[in-house]
Order: sequence, then C-alpha cells, then structure tokens
Amino acid sequence: MHSFGYRLNGLLTFSLTILAMMCAIASLSDNLNTPSPSAEIQIMNINWFQKQPQGNDEVSLTMNISADLQSLFTWNTKQLFIFVSAEYETPKNSLNQVSLWDAIIPAKEHAKFWIHTSNKYRFVDQGNNLRGKEFNLTLHWHVMPKTGKMFADKIVLTGYSFPEEYR
Amino acid sequence: MGLIGDTVDSIKSIQTRQLLNQAVSLGMVVTSALIIWKALMCITGSESPVVVVLSGSMEPGFKRGDILFLHMSNDPIRAGEIVVFNVDGREIPIVHRVIKVHERQDSGEVDVLTKGDNNYGDDRLLYAQGQQWLHRHHIMGRAVGFLPYVGWVTIIMTEKPIIKYILIGALGLLVITSKD
Repeated sequence: MHSFGYRLNGLLTFSLTILAMMCAIASLSDNLNTPSPSAEIQIMNINWFQKQPQGNDEVSLTMNISADLQSLFTWNTKQLFIFVSAEYETPKNSLNQVSLWDAIIPAKEHAKFWIHTSNKYRFVDQGNNLRGKEFNLTLHWHVMPKTGKMFADKIVLTGYSFPEEYR
Repeated sequence: MGLIGDTVDSIKSIQTRQLLNQAVSLGMVVTSALIIWKALMCITGSESPVVVVLSGSMEPGFKRGDILFLHMSNDPIRAGEIVVFNVDGREIPIVHRVIKVHERQDSGEVDVLTKGDNNYGDDRLLYAQGQQWLHRHHIMGRAVGFLPYVGWVTIIMTEKPIIKYILIGALGLLVITSKD
C-alpha cells in the first residue's frame, strides 16, 4: 500500500494539481485589474499616395503615436503586443483593417511611450477607394499573460481622412 | 528484494477476478481521457482544442513547447487575433497573428493576412504558390489561452519515441500491480 511508486505518484499528482490551481488563480486575478489606458495618434505627413499598376491605392504616411498603457500590466503579464490599424469601409468591403505599425512592450517601464514613425507595413487598399476617404486609426493591444487567458482591447480614434488627389 | 521483488510477487499473485477488475479500471482511465478530449472539441468548436507551439516565429510571446488553447466561434476574424491556420499542401498548422482583414460587404467572406510576431515579413511566402490571402476555411481556431512549457512533454515524446514506450510501460505496470 505504501510502496515507493505509490508515494511518488501521490507526490507528483499533488504537486501538479497545486501548480494547475496556482496558474488558474493567477489568470483569474487579471480580472481584478481595471486599466485606464490612453492614446493619441497624429498624422504628420502623407509621404506619398498613388495608384499601383495593379489598380490598388497605396499610401505611405508618417504618424506620431503616444500612449500610456502602464495600467494594463499586472503580475501575470508577460508582454503587450500593440498595433495601430487603419479601419474604413468601402463599397466592396464592409470592413477593412490594415495594420500600419506594431510593437512589443516587454515591461511596464516601457508602456508610456512616444514614437514618430512611418507605416511599417504597406498600406494597400483592395481597389482604389482611398481618395478623400475618411478612416479611423485604432490602437489595439493584446495582453499576453505568463499563464492563462489572453486579453485584448482597443482605443478607436476617429476623424482622419486621405487627400482628395494622388500625390 | 525491494521494488523489483515486490513487483514480481504482486504480478504472480494476480487472480482472474483481479485481472478483470484492473482491465476495467484501465479501460475507465482511457475512456475518460477520450471523453474529456471529445468534450473539449465540442465546447471549443475546434478540431484540435489544444495545440503545441513548435516554432519560434511568435517569440517572445510564445516559445517552442508552450501550449495554446483554441476556440472556434462564429465571431468574425479581426486584426490582431492569433489564429491557427492550415495552408494547402502543408501538413503542420501555423500559429500566427492577423495583420490585415478585408471583409466583403455582400457575402461576409474575409481576406486575411497573417504574420509571425518574430518574423520580419508577412506570411505570403508561407502560403501556397500564388496565394495572397487566407480565407475562413483555412482557419482552425483562434488562441484564447496560454500555458507555458507543458507542450515539451509531447515534443519530447514525438522526437524520442523510446521515452514514450518507457513511460507507457511504467504506467501500465503501475496499473496492473496496484491493489486497492
């Protein structure tokens, strides 16, 4: 009844159960955090704006992004993945989301930042609908935990528009 | 005689009734594991509710050997989500993040482009020849939960099958020789 194998098995089962419970509690404790993030994005310049030979509009722009995401960090947060996407509607598509810039924030100290950048990924429309188009810039964040459930949310910034003519 | 002697003695002393009893309890263990797996499939709506990360393309978020819990709902796919997708002509599914979404006005179909957080460029090179976008049917699920390191068990077992056999043998012996 009390052989070595039994004891080993019991010990292993017990420690794994405790570990699993601790992981679950750590993940649940994330719900206690009520974050209050803030963000601001300015478009400083439209670098160029043209129609590709294939017929799709492509634009290059320079942005000023500033945000304070420190309140998103908890003890169970491994990192934040953040990105800015342009979101707009066209006659063909009910939603277009194009990621323009992204970053990984590894620690709370880096979560209050300011950056001046042009778009990291190509901003290409499906079609040529961008002239004079109004669009939103959305700052999304995905909280990647040390263990457990992943969280995501966003701040939508409205009122941006493209020039009426290619340049 | 210690551990080995005890084990040999207990094997010798097995009676038919006890043997049957143990066969049944072994069956119970196997079937309950199967029930849990199938129930997870039903709840999450994904054909593989749990996947092991095999590559470093999502580092430092997900490392090799971490496991992800998937969920497949009818919610539309949106930029930023981490999805697991199958590409035609590739056996192993890929876990990457969605960076572009174009959703049709009329049919609601989506064109999706993905990228690994740790990769320099987007995934068009990984897709089938000439494929520009992923569609709904390529996507097996989206990642909702994360558990570090646990996947190493399966990675080790697939890469070193001998360990798998030793483990199965040891567990089997434990079940057979246990008396309750």
